[in-house]
Amino acid sequence: MKINWFTVIAQVINFLILVWLMKRYLYKPILNAIDEREKKIAAELANAETQKAEAAKEQAELKQKNEQFEQAKKGLMDKAVNDTNEERKKLMEEARNDADALRSKQEDSLKAMQENLNQEIVKKTQDEVFSISRKVLAELASVSLEQESTNLFIKRLNELKDDEKKKFIDAFKADPNPVLVQSAFVLPAQQQTDIQKSVKDILGGETQFKFSVSPGIISGIELSANGFKVAWSISEYLNSLERSINETIKEKAKPEAEKKTDAGKKAETETEVGLAAKEVPVKTEEPVAKAVPEKETEAKAEPQKK
Amino acid sequence: MELSPDETVFWSHGFIQINLTIVTTWVLMLAMVLSSWLITRKLKADIKITRWQCILEMIVTGMNSQIKGIGLNKPEKFIGYIGTLFLFIAISNLCIIFPGYEAPTGSLSTTVALAMSVFLAVPFFGIVETGILGYLKTYIQPTFIMLPFNIISELTRTLALAVRLFGNIMSGGMIISILLSIAPLIFPVLMTILGLITGIVQAYIFGILATVYIAAATNEHKAIKLVKNNK
Repeated sequence: MKINWFTVIAQVINFLILVWLMKRYLYKPILNAIDEREKKIAAELANAETQKAEAAKEQAELKQKNEQFEQAKKGLMDKAVNDTNEERKKLMEEARNDADALRSKQEDSLKAMQENLNQEIVKKTQDEVFSISRKVLAELASVSLEQESTNLFIKRLNELKDDEKKKFIDAFKADPNPVLVQSAFVLPAQQQTDIQKSVKDILGGETQFKFSVSPGIISGIELSANGFKVAWSISEYLNSLERSINETIKEKAKPEAEKKTDAGKKAETETEVGLAAKEVPVKTEEPVAKAVPEKETEAKAEPQKK
Repeated sequence: MELSPDETVFWSHGFIQINLTIVTTWVLMLAMVLSSWLITRKLKADIKITRWQCILEMIVTGMNSQIKGIGLNKPEKFIGYIGTLFLFIAISNLCIIFPGYEAPTGSLSTTVALAMSVFLAVPFFGIVETGILGYLKTYIQPTFIMLPFNIISELTRTLALAVRLFGNIMSGGMIISILLSIAPLIFPVLMTILGLITGIVQAYIFGILATVYIAAATNEHKAIKLVKNNK
């Protein structure tokens, strides 16, 4: 168990060489590699962290953008829906208005048509009534009736008021033509004389007379001198009746027209038109029915009084 | 019966003597350096590495963490010396599994050489880290009365290092050779297994003790500084 000092020295040197070699070939490269790898891993981790952060940021941005997009979409959708609704309302309103206008136009034209028809009917009825009246009266007219008519005419002449007489005299003086006496039938000589006498009483002095026959008078006598006219005839009564009926119709038509512009409802106008259509003939019938007998009684009553 | 591989001499010329210890050491050195070079010549810094590199990295980082655990905060400065010390002793002890092999650590000359290197390395690292004064101050800690005792401890621990390693390895080898003559079957194998454990433990003890001595030499100065600052 001796210590070999050469071996000791040699082993010390060997060991120092080994230390240097191991440092050179083992520790340094390994430690460097470890450091490098650690750095690399750290860098990669940092990179990953950065990328993660970036990804998160991008995700947030994307989310935000998405939200914005959603909001914009919703807004646009809402707007579109609102616009559509408004447009629909507008179109509906327009369509309704158009329909209303068209309907009212149709109603108007219908009413106008009905009115025309009514008027026509009224006119026709009137004409018919008058023609019937005329025909009846003309058929009834006779010489004896003429006698009564002449009497009534003479009575009217005598009953002329002073200013009317004056007008008659003025008219007669202004025109030298003979006084025209028209009648439905040829007047008998007696009657002609009576008339001449009455006229002469009014006018005084010589007067020329001209007697003529006019069937349109139906029954009665008409005296005319330069625009002045004295007459008694059934035709005159009928004419005045016709005038009054026409006036009544016109008066009736006015409020109807006013109502038409106010009311848009069909039913109302319909009933009114119907009423008018019904009323008018009733009204026209009544005066005719009444007038005719009145004339007759008047015509008949007068001679009785005499 | 040969107690030491020193006694097997291959060539001698006066004082110079090439014996089995030196030759074995050379072979081991060659093997260690060659294998290190082979593995580290194509190191990868990628995340995926070779298995050999992984083993080496595990050994190196393990030693690093051990050195750090003892109190040397910059282990990469000391790993070259302490690591080589541990690896050399460990490998020379583990190689007893090869038949006919005689561990160089079983020679007192080798262990003395290693102990002497520690004896020299302690002041070397101490001076490098703390300066000559800083190192010398460690001898009069805690008081100057301790100076002779510190010097004695310095010498005796070196002697203890050398003898401990030599005794353990030599005794292991002796027991195996004795057992081979008494019971050549099974028992030598068991003793070899025991020898492997002893070898690793001895390598670890040697390395740890060297680290502790160096740490004591380098940290003493810092400890003094800390005490002064606190005062």
